[in-house]
Amino acid sequence: MLQLEGVGKTYPNGAHALEGVSFAVEPGEIVAIVGGSGCGKSTMLRAIAGLDTPSRGRVVLDGATVTAPHEKIGIVFQEPRLLPWLSVADNIGFGLEHLPKAERVARIGEALRRVGLAEKARAWPRELSGGQAQRVAIARALVPRPEVLLLDEPFSALDAFTRADLQEHLLDLWADLRPTLILVTHDVEEAVVLADRIYVMKPRPGRLFEEIVTGLPRPRDRQSVRFETAKKQVLAALDRSLARNSRDKADEAPAGAGMWW
Amino acid sequence: MSVGGMSIAADDIEAAPAQRAAWTRYAKPVLGLIVPVVLAVGWELAVRFGLSNGRLVPPPSVIYATFMELARAGELQRHAAATVARVAAGFGLGVAAGTVLGAVTGYSSLTRRLLDPTLQALRAIPSIAWVPLFILWLGIFEASKVTLIAVGVFFPVYLGVMGAVVSVDRKIVEVGRAFRLSGAGMIRRILLPAVLPSYVVALRSGLGLGWMFVVAAEFMGASEGLGFLLVDGQQLGKPAQIVAAIVAFAVLGKLTDWLIVGLTAPLLRWEDRARHTEA
Repeated sequence: MLQLEGVGKTYPNGAHALEGVSFAVEPGEIVAIVGGSGCGKSTMLRAIAGLDTPSRGRVVLDGATVTAPHEKIGIVFQEPRLLPWLSVADNIGFGLEHLPKAERVARIGEALRRVGLAEKARAWPRELSGGQAQRVAIARALVPRPEVLLLDEPFSALDAFTRADLQEHLLDLWADLRPTLILVTHDVEEAVVLADRIYVMKPRPGRLFEEIVTGLPRPRDRQSVRFETAKKQVLAALDRSLARNSRDKADEAPAGAGMWW
Repeated sequence: MSVGGMSIAADDIEAAPAQRAAWTRYAKPVLGLIVPVVLAVGWELAVRFGLSNGRLVPPPSVIYATFMELARAGELQRHAAATVARVAAGFGLGVAAGTVLGAVTGYSSLTRRLLDPTLQALRAIPSIAWVPLFILWLGIFEASKVTLIAVGVFFPVYLGVMGAVVSVDRKIVEVGRAFRLSGAGMIRRILLPAVLPSYVVALRSGLGLGWMFVVAAEFMGASEGLGFLLVDGQQLGKPAQIVAAIVAFAVLGKLTDWLIVGLTAPLLRWEDRARHTEA
């Protein structure tokens, strides 16, 4: 089980990105984090990944505090970040170097098949489309079989068709081993399609604002009334999270722009 | 790559693709030969027909004869070997020093603040200005020559390596961190492959300067070497020998550059370059 206990982050430049974030995620659960720009959702994800150390509080996985990148936690970034000098197959196998060769080859082959890129095994990353590259990135994060997979706005750079396609694909891959998924997104529909539970965050300092349990059955029908209702529910919460700050809207844009990445 | 306007016109013809392939493959490289060949043949004819005596600017046939004569007597090989040995030694030393210092200053900002200003100041000195000092320190024989070449090679390699290490994509390094690479693993699996393309460019410009400085080094007093052939040709009034030595420099320079490109090409096939075919 993954737990956040009062996680807060203040950057050396004084930016107060995150305050008092506490929640727990059960194994196999899919949780989405939504919020406007600069609400600290990426900061939180980086703290869980062990890429940034929280200033306050701690991240706990199965009883142990996470202070550095952890073997049971995988991450998919907003960009595919494939290594351009490795073939598609070698990119997928990047985190498997400790395994015997036969095992490695088998896992890479299986992953290539699962993401539908078997014929691209020997291709260079530059030869892939954006959607294909992101599929390779997801495969690369999944082949070490992490308990927790973090996704930082993984589909935001893709067109709407590819995005919907990859969302289904991700669920399909998730069903294999059912790792915990924590997905940061600013796309409400994406959150509702994928997540069991949705946290809406509130900016400056970033904190949890509202929790929404959609309880929709899978597979989810994007046209259904229940789906629309859940979407409206999240949008309303998102509105509320921003509304309280509407008084000092004047300085919101620059602050948000500065913390955006 | 298509040939711009050519493609539109050629597409109208039935056998256009095949024709265009043949054109790109054989005819295009030949275009570059037209100007030098016309000049050479023209000059040869001008001398043959007595329009010029060709004494100060020897015609191609005389240069070729001189070149072959030097080669037959073994002189050319002896001088070329001496020069190549100097370039190799100087290049080796310069590359080693440039790589190590470039990597260290690129990797840690402390050493960069410590060393880079001094090295940049030294770089501003025209390297030939060191010659008198090197001769005083190291004598007039090989050591001072090799040192001069090494200094020439050092700076482009140093700058190239440092720049490449500094500009390695932070996001790619983060992938290495997320996969928990050790320091050595990070260097082997992320940093080295990432800097390789710039390193090859740095080696090539270092080698170019190495060939430049070997001439300067051999001008400062040598009893053998292609640079010696140049000085000797000037003092004895033998322009054909000078041109023959220049041709030898051109051939060796191109050959060694091509060697670097050829040896590293298999490692750089992944590069996303606009032009993959042209050297």
